[in-house]
Amino acid sequence: MRLLDWIDARFPASKLWNEHLAEYYAPKNFNFWYFFGSLALVILILQIVTGIFLTMHYKPDTALAFASVEYIMRDVNWGWLIRYLHSTGASAFFVVVYLHMFRGLLYGSYKQPRELVWIFGMLIYVALMAEAFMGYLLPWGQMSFWGAQVIISLFGAIPYVGEGLALWIRGDFVVADATLNRFFAFHVIAVPLVLLGLVVAHIIALHEVGSNNPDGVEIKKLKNDQGIPVDGIAFHPYYSVKDLVGVIVFLFIFSIILFYMPEMGGWFLEKDNFIPADPLKTPEHIVPLWYFTPFYAILRAVPDKLFGVLAMGGAIVVLFLLPWLDRSPVKSIRYRGPLFKTALTLFTISFFALGYLGTQPATGLYTLMAQIFSVIYFSFFLFMPFYTAIDKDKPVPDRVT
Amino acid sequence: MTNTVDVDKRRFLTNATTVVGGIGAIAVAIPFISSLSPSAKAEAAGAPVALDISKLAMGQMLIIEWRGKPVWILRRSDDTLSTLATLASELSDPDSDDLGQQPDYCKNPSRSIRDDILVLVGICTHLGCSPTHRPELAPEDLGPDWKGGFFCPCHGSKFDLAGRVYAGLPAPNNLVVPPYHFVSDSQLLIGADPVGYG
Amino acid sequence: MKLIVGFLLYLIAFTSSYSYAASGKMQLDTVDIDLSDKASLQRGAKIFMNYCLSCHSAAYMRYNRMGKDLGLSDAQVEESLMFASDKVGDTMTVAMRPKDAKKWFGVVPPDLSVISRARGTDWLYTYLRGYYLDTQKILGTNNVVFKDVGMPHVLWQEQGYVRKDSNNQLHALAGDQTTVSEYNMMVRDLVNFLAYIGEPSKIQRLALGKWVLLYLALFFFVAYPLKKAFWEDVH
Repeated sequence: MRLLDWIDARFPASKLWNEHLAEYYAPKNFNFWYFFGSLALVILILQIVTGIFLTMHYKPDTALAFASVEYIMRDVNWGWLIRYLHSTGASAFFVVVYLHMFRGLLYGSYKQPRELVWIFGMLIYVALMAEAFMGYLLPWGQMSFWGAQVIISLFGAIPYVGEGLALWIRGDFVVADATLNRFFAFHVIAVPLVLLGLVVAHIIALHEVGSNNPDGVEIKKLKNDQGIPVDGIAFHPYYSVKDLVGVIVFLFIFSIILFYMPEMGGWFLEKDNFIPADPLKTPEHIVPLWYFTPFYAILRAVPDKLFGVLAMGGAIVVLFLLPWLDRSPVKSIRYRGPLFKTALTLFTISFFALGYLGTQPATGLYTLMAQIFSVIYFSFFLFMPFYTAIDKDKPVPDRVT
Repeated sequence: MTNTVDVDKRRFLTNATTVVGGIGAIAVAIPFISSLSPSAKAEAAGAPVALDISKLAMGQMLIIEWRGKPVWILRRSDDTLSTLATLASELSDPDSDDLGQQPDYCKNPSRSIRDDILVLVGICTHLGCSPTHRPELAPEDLGPDWKGGFFCPCHGSKFDLAGRVYAGLPAPNNLVVPPYHFVSDSQLLIGADPVGYG
Repeated sequence: MKLIVGFLLYLIAFTSSYSYAASGKMQLDTVDIDLSDKASLQRGAKIFMNYCLSCHSAAYMRYNRMGKDLGLSDAQVEESLMFASDKVGDTMTVAMRPKDAKKWFGVVPPDLSVISRARGTDWLYTYLRGYYLDTQKILGTNNVVFKDVGMPHVLWQEQGYVRKDSNNQLHALAGDQTTVSEYNMMVRDLVNFLAYIGEPSKIQRLALGKWVLLYLALFFFVAYPLKKAFWEDVH
């Protein structure tokens, strides 16, 4: 204890521990949906550690990249395990983050006073998409190459400066060595630094205002004589032991995929990416990785290059505006009226449907369906100020249930 | 409220979880640490190197690369071998007592399997420079007492023609003899012990 | 909870739709891959070394690694399987220069290290059994799953001549059912071997998987009671 006192006089170790764990009071009624925040943190650490070790063997050179990945898979001791942890971890990250974001929609976690928690979270999501996109170029397979080629070409849609911008991003006339080298730099250091900073900001903002809960009740309104919320329990040990169980269950499912189906039938590792990049030959069927397909479907639903890109970008931008679009005084789905419940259900269906349509060829009926679901997707946000204002919300209890 | 809490149970389960979790953490660390050891590619590049010595003339030295290091193969005359026996008093370790510097089968006066053929890793035991081969007797720069040997230009360490270090110089040990054996009279395999050793 | 189940079903729907998309129009025959069948892998290795490795490389696969996984000593590998190289630690490269290959075949024969992961084992199995006589082609043969393929039917001596009828069915011209099933077995061994070199660490992966799951199950049965013990006083 004397050592701790010595440190505390110079660095707020105990203070940080108490503020964020031992004396951070979280609502006692967290349910299943509240596992995904800590799981995202676990995966972030997993990706950083495995990424560092992959960097020690990977070569960001178009002549060597594909071979260096196979070198990792065969010649490096346990390289296959480290690589599969990283590739499976990437998809798991998006599964967990999507579920985490959906929790926010269900219980109104983006609403006042947590607007900044939501904004930081959305920035993390955007940074994560950039991280995943640039990381996918590195194995230098056919999908890496043509995926990057297509996505970078989107910038070409911007009037006047577009083509020049796309050229500048690639650093060459097609996706080439210069592109691979700079994507490597962004993937292994630039974006991860931004991500880490944003994660810290996300958690600090959360701990400043306190966690929301499935009832959407502010537990800080009712405190006991020691100033502790009566419906709050210390994060540590209560939620640390609970989240540990969540992490173990997650790792169990994660391990089943990692050890028995690391390609996930082509969805986590695409077949065409086992063919080295060939700038002269496009694969028959270019599909972005599953976590981008809803936005890809929106892009293709619009029969105009510029407006397609704008629609795709808009689909992400509207998520940022959520705290100000929602006019309901009620946070949780439990006390919302039928209009919001219906809207959220339709939105969820359209998100899944767009995700599916993004994997299918953009022809006839598929395009029509993508257009319909895109309209539903945007309607959820555009009409939100109206339907949340007139919805028949139920009374919210004073304390958590 | 607190009277329902079983403190002993909590403590026991906390310890059990810590132990099981700790074992898992150690197990996870193994692949990551192991991934930094030489890969199959490095192992293949470090495989034994075969060499034909039938054309190696008396006094001639060949330098080949084994595991990225220079390996010297020198054919010594009977004169050279007889000189080696007279140097003991000037050397740090004349009898090759430091067992890490050569395989067991080369712990002998000539530090070799066959007296005439010397095989050495050409890396100075001081700080890793590669000494130069100086077979000539009493050259100007090395003084009148020089009986032929190896001289390290970095810090001035001297070795005799069996790779034994002269006393009072920076290098602490004799030069390393790598594992090797004769596949036939003219075929040398560097990097693998003779049958029955290692 | 319902949403999670829905999400998993969604993933499964995804997975199945993919394999449909990948197979294209042609109905592929299924092949049984078994990496624990060392005898089959050894036979496959022999066919691979004799028929494939003169034009196709497997430049990421090392001979000694193959020997270790297939239960062969370095000496056995050197003696019976290594024709194109002299060091057992080497990878399976070919002497043919890409430029010459392009001249002779019109394309550079692709490296086969990860071909089983790019094409799929069913495709390879159907492809290698899908050659038929076609007088329109310079090589004299064509293929049902890979139209106008640049590779000659190198295994024709093993299979014999095959003709395609108007219903797109293949018929062996000579030979009886025994040779047909023998050829199928031979191709199966080869595809099994190609699956092995596609991911040699799969053997270790499957072996390790069950221990990791067992450990996590054990961890759960310690951590869950711990959670319950702490949550006893939350009301």
